Amino acid sequence: MTAAEAIRDSAGAADRLGSVTSGSALELRGVTKLFGALAAISDVTMTVAPGERRAVLGSNGAGKTTLFNCVTGDFLPTSGTIRLFGEDVSRFPAHERIRRGLRRTYQISLLFGGLSVADNVYLACRGVNRNRFSLLRPRSGDPLVMRAEELVEAVHLTAARDRLVSELSYGQQRQLEIALALAGAPRLILLDEPAAGLSPTERAELIAILANLPAHIGFIIIEHDMDVALRVATRVTMLHNGRVFKEGTPAEIEEDPQVQELYLGDGTHAHG
Amino acid sequence: MTDAPRKPAVQRGAEFGVFSRVPGGVWAAGFVLLVVPLVAGNFWLFQVFGWSFCLGIIALSLMFLAGYGGMVSLIQMTVAVLAGYVVAILGSSGVEQISLGLSWWLYVPLAILIATAFATLVGALAVRTEGIYTIMITLAIASAFFYFTRQNYGIFNGYSGFNLVVPPRLFGIDWRQPTAFYYLSLGGAAICYAAVVYVSRSPFGLALQGVRDNPRRMASLGFNVTAHRIAAYAFAGVIASIGGILLVWQTAQVAPFSGGVSAVIDILIIAVVGGIRRPIGAFIGAFIFVLLSTFSPDVLSAFGLSNERFKLVIGIGFLAVVFFSPDGALGLWERWRARRRNAVDPLTGKALAGGRP
Repeated sequence: MTAAEAIRDSAGAADRLGSVTSGSALELRGVTKLFGALAAISDVTMTVAPGERRAVLGSNGAGKTTLFNCVTGDFLPTSGTIRLFGEDVSRFPAHERIRRGLRRTYQISLLFGGLSVADNVYLACRGVNRNRFSLLRPRSGDPLVMRAEELVEAVHLTAARDRLVSELSYGQQRQLEIALALAGAPRLILLDEPAAGLSPTERAELIAILANLPAHIGFIIIEHDMDVALRVATRVTMLHNGRVFKEGTPAEIEEDPQVQELYLGDGTHAHG
Repeated sequence: MTDAPRKPAVQRGAEFGVFSRVPGGVWAAGFVLLVVPLVAGNFWLFQVFGWSFCLGIIALSLMFLAGYGGMVSLIQMTVAVLAGYVVAILGSSGVEQISLGLSWWLYVPLAILIATAFATLVGALAVRTEGIYTIMITLAIASAFFYFTRQNYGIFNGYSGFNLVVPPRLFGIDWRQPTAFYYLSLGGAAICYAAVVYVSRSPFGLALQGVRDNPRRMASLGFNVTAHRIAAYAFAGVIASIGGILLVWQTAQVAPFSGGVSAVIDILIIAVVGGIRRPIGAFIGAFIFVLLSTFSPDVLSAFGLSNERFKLVIGIGFLAVVFFSPDGALGLWERWRARRRNAVDPLTGKALAGGRP
């Protein structure tokens, strides 16, 4: 089974949730997050349609990761509302938002180092299903165990399935991050610099995985590598000093003189 | 399952079945423990092994919280002592004006239930704290319980507590006879050990280890971290109360000092000395602790020292373990085995004679 096929299989599970065509996947209205007197993001308003692939660009400190943290519920926003698939989740704890189809990968891999690869993926599958508190071990042939096996294979980690995550290479940990985000029935995935530190081959593989996601799964990607960001995204939001600076198609953003001056510098790559 | 080739020798984490393969070492140890009464005397059966199993079960409950959940709780001995008190109050004891004299099938489940409810309540207070603050809040509650039982005469009979708390006669057997108690406590220890090993691979146990490694990520996978931590306190509470009931039958008494700060710390020492990452460590630690506290007074007297100084020996032993092997006696054993396994020439693959590469 190829990566793309395995991921497409998850479409069936997502379809049962329905409601992917109506309304917006994510709607931010005047979202502000203050750390003391510092406004990490201020008055951010943006709408992401279901299945849309959005890139969020901006220099270091522009507020990209803070924006993600507010959307997932790692922090509550100081003010503003966050609607996820039409539902106001501004005050929801993180786990409640995740159960509604939101997923997230982290810039620095946040994994369970003391558990094996298979267990990490199994936990991700279990987290968005019932019986999280079950004291009974899953039987062999348990659908979630099999689903976890497929995801391990989809991100090419089958050979490492029983190894402790703390023993994996950096690139393998990044692949595992993606597998965790694909578990369950994701509808909107927030990818925080998924390509950081990957080799050119691994980058190409990542682009293939993202490009082959089923159409109903949208994502928002933070990426310094313009090559990755502009190839997988259909729309781009530029953040600057915590505010939305520009929004448009990749071509519009690339050609915008203000953006070029501000962010692209010499027109090729931003600093990492 | 996929038909991808599986590695034949899977070391860890591969088994999801109801009964994953029980290692040969466990069968061997089980057999040895079953035949111990054929060779060991009464003192060893009751004072050494019986006591080790009771303390081991209580330390196991701490191992579950600390090793799998990353929460160092000092409340486990208090939970065990509370279960002991409930047994004394609802069952029979030498204090007839307080003890109600109910049957064992009523007071045993009630003791587990009440002590577990208490553990859950403490858990609900403690899980919002991390690290040293968890230790402090649980120690504070343990001290409060100690002073409360010492001053309350209506229910807990104050300073003197309860004596003559003995197990019920069942099937015509006096379960406080050394051999009978050996098997009773061995059975309790085996059940608790098996339960912890089994649950560690269940969705709940895996999620708890996920919470230990990375609580924030667990929330972003859809888990309610706080609820999982409280549930872990409840599960550990069941284990601790089973240990507490056996312990009150072994010592035949329960008093405020059973749950004093020194006893509370002893459980932490036992779990750390044995090795806090693995369930068996609790029992190894308990055995070492019991051996030291039973025999070090004799050794000390032989050297002309006061035999009351045996705590000093335990303290030095604890210091040595923390200093030389922070993962306890089990860690020493595992490193020795790893060294033996790796004692092959990296070029030829042949075993080296000297043991070390």
